Amino acid sequence: MSEKKQIQVPVMADLAARGEVPEVLFWVGCAGAFDDRYKNVTRAFVRILEHVGTKYAVLGMEETCTGDPAKRAGNEFLFQMQAMTNIATFDGYGIKTIVTACPHCFNTIKNEYPALGGNYEVIHHSTFLQNLINEGKVKIAGGGEFKGKRITFHDSCYLGRANNIYEAPREVLAALDADLVEMKRSRANGLCCGAGGAQMWKEPEPGNKDINVERAEEAIGTGATIIASACPFCMTMMADGVKSQNKEDSVQVFDIAELIAQAEGINA
Amino acid sequence: MISNIIFLVVALVGIGLFVWQIRKIVRNINMGREKEISGNVSERINTLLLVAFGQQKMFKRPLPAVLHLFVYIGFIVINVELIEILIDGVFGTHRILGVLGPVYSVLMAINEVLGLLVIIACVIFLARRNLTNVPRLTRGPEMRAWPKMDANVILITEIVLMLALFAFNIADQKLAQLGGHQLPGAFPVSGLMVDLFGSDVSTLQVIATAGWWVHIVGILAFMNYLPSSKHFHIITSFPNVYYSKLEPKGQFSNVESITHEIKAMLDPSYVVPPAPEGADPQKFGAKDVEDLTWKQLLDSYTCTECGRCTSVCPANLTGKLLSPRKIVMDTRDRMEEKGESPLIFDPAKYTEESERVKASEERTLLRGYVTPEELWACTTCNACVESCPVNINQLSTIIDLRRFLVLEESAAPASLNTMFNNIENNGAPWAFSPSDRFNWADDLYTVSKN
Repeated sequence: MSEKKQIQVPVMADLAARGEVPEVLFWVGCAGAFDDRYKNVTRAFVRILEHVGTKYAVLGMEETCTGDPAKRAGNEFLFQMQAMTNIATFDGYGIKTIVTACPHCFNTIKNEYPALGGNYEVIHHSTFLQNLINEGKVKIAGGGEFKGKRITFHDSCYLGRANNIYEAPREVLAALDADLVEMKRSRANGLCCGAGGAQMWKEPEPGNKDINVERAEEAIGTGATIIASACPFCMTMMADGVKSQNKEDSVQVFDIAELIAQAEGINA
Repeated sequence: MISNIIFLVVALVGIGLFVWQIRKIVRNINMGREKEISGNVSERINTLLLVAFGQQKMFKRPLPAVLHLFVYIGFIVINVELIEILIDGVFGTHRILGVLGPVYSVLMAINEVLGLLVIIACVIFLARRNLTNVPRLTRGPEMRAWPKMDANVILITEIVLMLALFAFNIADQKLAQLGGHQLPGAFPVSGLMVDLFGSDVSTLQVIATAGWWVHIVGILAFMNYLPSSKHFHIITSFPNVYYSKLEPKGQFSNVESITHEIKAMLDPSYVVPPAPEGADPQKFGAKDVEDLTWKQLLDSYTCTECGRCTSVCPANLTGKLLSPRKIVMDTRDRMEEKGESPLIFDPAKYTEESERVKASEERTLLRGYVTPEELWACTTCNACVESCPVNINQLSTIIDLRRFLVLEESAAPASLNTMFNNIENNGAPWAFSPSDRFNWADDLYTVSKN
């Protein structure tokens, strides 16, 4: 029996008013909230949270930038202002565990907030999804619609090299029973999409090629029809790179959460 | 007797000069900001054993790794023989360690095999630099005349040192053979060439003596060349790897002075701890070498200019100006310009300044050496940090220079200033209204499977 059902996303302020504490706070991030394409990833992840019955909440309008782009660009002052605002919010609600789909938010909250007094267990959604699969909460019977499809995973720098998470997203993809192919530069040797270090918000410096084009060519070269990513900025850069090669009809870019939600049949 | 005294004087002068140079380098490194790096001793020792002694990260590229391993083991093992050379030289003895009997034979045999491997490796390295022109070793604006010459000087010197050792061993064996006595040791390589220099006793004596002297004086001279050379990594790699950053690579340093400032702003009762005595009113970020930490300066003394970092840098690969290796090399050049120059290398003499740098009025690391365009090309992807065989953190220097540009000069690119404004005003790096932040949850449906 399956039926279409509306999701009322639980907001932290409401839970607190009722004296409830969620298991995890889902940190949506600015891209997750505002980027039209990437909002689908946020929705897919929420569907998964609902599907497995995790007790979660989001901050809703109380969220504000982690300060990551400011810090990478050298604006330490702005970064710390943002960080202290967010730490006050987390601590005000007694938040202990945070899950996020954005590797930049993940890295910043997990690694850089402690020096400013914010100590939380921070989980990237790739690890979270891996656990759901390992625990049998997400089953994807028979591999779902991606069975046998050729998929290549693009490592996010802030997930991979920055935090040594290479296997979790790959194990999540393995649940799809797809034909996973690696690019020549992968894992610790992965090539950046070009967006990190606040490049997302500026034109590239003069050069002879855009980094995302270089990376998209490599991904397309694997023969994959799906490029899987686990970072909002990688998603934008890879999609633009694919477009620059006029391959957007044959090669699509998806976040691992979208693939799981789709394969599990919970998209509506 | 005279030769013993000459040897003693040469050895003492060589060692004394080296110590004098090391003190200069220590003073240069101490120009940097203090930063306490301590604790986690077992993890540090583990990293030291794997990355420095075990050369773990070299093996990402197997061919140079194996060749480098020959030279590295050769360097360590063959130098055991230095002990003998020093004793023989001072006391006029001959192959004093021969008393060790079979142990000495094994040692000599290993030395000879390694010596041969060192020569082979160095010849291949020379070919890679001068014939096949491996891009990372030869290309880039930082690979000027001096670094290229330096690499060749090192390789040729190592070959000459090994050849001198073989010449000594060959002549020494022939002399023993002619004199009808057994030479202690085993010589699997030079033993095959005993007759190379003929059998004229006086010629053989000259060759044996010359070989011995060239080897030892060569080592002393080479030792005094190290502080001027990238080859100094044979010393600095070990402390540099020991003091590696152990935190996740994505974790950038916290600027504590800013933390105090913000806390004081938010809470008027917050007491800002006094700055350490004698400390300059600290500026934010780094403009010149003394604004970097001692570890960042040690990084630059550890760089072997191998170019692995630059060869994996996404910005460099796509034609941008940024080269992580250049930033590390620039740091060393600027440090030696501002602080103390080593014996042989005078940066003013060897640095061909580009027009861009000449045009700058500021003789500081920032702008005088490293331009904002290089810094703004970085994606902070950590590929350079990951690739470095001696755990240099190129990225930390890039970020400190960016911090100075942004916090002290407000010189960020306009688009980044827009991003800063958006974060300040809307709480997001894009110009979206905070009231739209939760719109993604509107009309959100799923398929419930019960």
